[in-house]
Amino acid sequence: MKREIPLFLTAAVGLFMILSFFVPHQAVSVPADFLQQSAIIIVAFGIVLGGANLLRVNLEAVVRRQPGWTYKLVLIAGLVVTVTLGLIEGRDFQAAGTRSTWIYDQVYSSMSSAMFALLAFFIASAAFRAFRIRTTEAALLAVAALIVMMGRVPLGGVLTAGLPRELRVETLAQWILDVPQNAANRAILIGAALGVMATGLRVILGIERSYLSGED
Amino acid sequence: MQHRAGLTAAVVLVSLLALPARSQVTAVSGAPLVVVPEPAAAKPPVPAPVPGALQAPRPARGLTWKDVPDDAGRAVELSWESSPDDGTQLVDGYHLMRSESPGGPWTLVDSVTAGVATCRDQSTSLRRDLAHFYRVDAHGPGGVTPAGSVTGPAIASSQWFNRTRWSVLLLTMLFFGFVLFFIQSVQGEGGKPFLRRIPGIDAIEEAIGRATEMGRPVLYVPGVQDIDDMQTVQALIILESVAKTTARYETPIKVPVSYPIPFTIAQEMVKSGYVHAGRAEQYDPESVQFVSPEQFAYVAAITGVMMRDQPGAHIFLGAFFAESLLLAEAGYATGAIQVAGTANADQLPFFVVACDYTLIGEELFAASAYLSGEPKLVGSLQGADLMKIVIILLVVVGCALESFGQHGLTQWLATQ
Repeated sequence: MKREIPLFLTAAVGLFMILSFFVPHQAVSVPADFLQQSAIIIVAFGIVLGGANLLRVNLEAVVRRQPGWTYKLVLIAGLVVTVTLGLIEGRDFQAAGTRSTWIYDQVYSSMSSAMFALLAFFIASAAFRAFRIRTTEAALLAVAALIVMMGRVPLGGVLTAGLPRELRVETLAQWILDVPQNAANRAILIGAALGVMATGLRVILGIERSYLSGED
Repeated sequence: MQHRAGLTAAVVLVSLLALPARSQVTAVSGAPLVVVPEPAAAKPPVPAPVPGALQAPRPARGLTWKDVPDDAGRAVELSWESSPDDGTQLVDGYHLMRSESPGGPWTLVDSVTAGVATCRDQSTSLRRDLAHFYRVDAHGPGGVTPAGSVTGPAIASSQWFNRTRWSVLLLTMLFFGFVLFFIQSVQGEGGKPFLRRIPGIDAIEEAIGRATEMGRPVLYVPGVQDIDDMQTVQALIILESVAKTTARYETPIKVPVSYPIPFTIAQEMVKSGYVHAGRAEQYDPESVQFVSPEQFAYVAAITGVMMRDQPGAHIFLGAFFAESLLLAEAGYATGAIQVAGTANADQLPFFVVACDYTLIGEELFAASAYLSGEPKLVGSLQGADLMKIVIILLVVVGCALESFGQHGLTQWLATQ
């Protein structure tokens, strides 16, 4: 029963949600909306489990003085302070001028932007490796990338301004993006969409049931 | 038994869809169009023009409504003839007003700029199957002029079938039919069906083996999306096979997770993998950790694990966005063997560049069938392959028809 009931619920809800895609009538759309809202509420409850795990694992590391325990202490302090302030400030904790907003804007946003900014350096190092021409495929990649990059900057346009329009670097760059790149992109998307549908069908019909865990 | 149940469910689904399709014609054709003159008492007084000042625009006319078809009765489409002053400085735009009676009180529903003569009322306050009356007011620097008449009663009604989705329904049924057929036939034949080699999936075991030789843990990242993304579901399904292998090799696994629901499922999957490998006692509940749903906080935590714990293998499977290269490059710097897979086409180049093996798009969804080798799962892959042939044929035929100026197939495939 521990497996049959979840399997039945998955099949019933899954088929009903597929039905709701085709039937807009309120007899179907209203319960479908309710199910989606319920999912959001269930996920919100799940955050308690996640928070509890975060606290337990990191507190244990601090108590045992594991390597890097001071960072974990900062994490716990950040978690406790932010949650406490949010609880004190109540429903308006996201309003302008609250301490919660200050923490988000001044601490979290800055650190998040710093992480994102690292991407510029990582792109440079990854591009350096990718453009080393060792095989035919790598050569094609490097040539295509060079054309697209030159086609996106004014220098490319200036260098090829004397050529017929069809041979200018910006025209070639746009062709690479619109034709070969777009075709490959769509092929990947169609394959992935079919994979998504096949996985969904396997889960709905109970063929894929490993997510129910191995215990009966 | 499961397949019979699956087929029955499919038949029930078809029956349910066929019933509403028959009854929706009456629902659409029943919408009346009545223009009701606005009672004189409801008209606001028009101020007398001040010499030298801009005058209020002349009113818009001919307001008509139409129930938006193929929806849940949550929208009404309105169109009108613009004010004769439209195009001059006298008109800034139009306010669409709604009331439950021809005499008001009126509520502002939406506004459009000058030159626009249609508007769709899809506000949350619009009630299905309830009579509403509409008025359009032209406004400008000189003031607001209500229309000379109101239109109504406009009723938004819901339909039993979205007619623009016939093509999706038929192709979905065809696809489901293919999958069920191949699952049935594979079961009947017995034995293991042929599957082409997917180097990226084979590399997962190689990566775990290398981590074992180095005496280091394996890091498994199931993407940055919640459980409502099918890539996350697939990543969690594959996690069981990976955990089973790490259990067999007696290598620790670390799974940082970004959302609470995938976190609880990931715990179950890792535990299940250890149980299936016969090493239940080696399962470490702390191997799966909840980190943060915030994208870059999650990245910071994982790169920290990479630098501190120096895992021998990094496996990134699931939905990834800007963090793909941050993770893969940080992982590359540690010298670990890296296997990645995602259906987010924009992130694939980053993984291809920085990882040793990459599962591209559909290969991610084939991984669980590939790893388990279970005939029923492999049958679903064959169904998907046949559907790809149908899509390729549709693309070729569609291109040919479009080249000859025939747009019927393209229009039939377009959905709303």
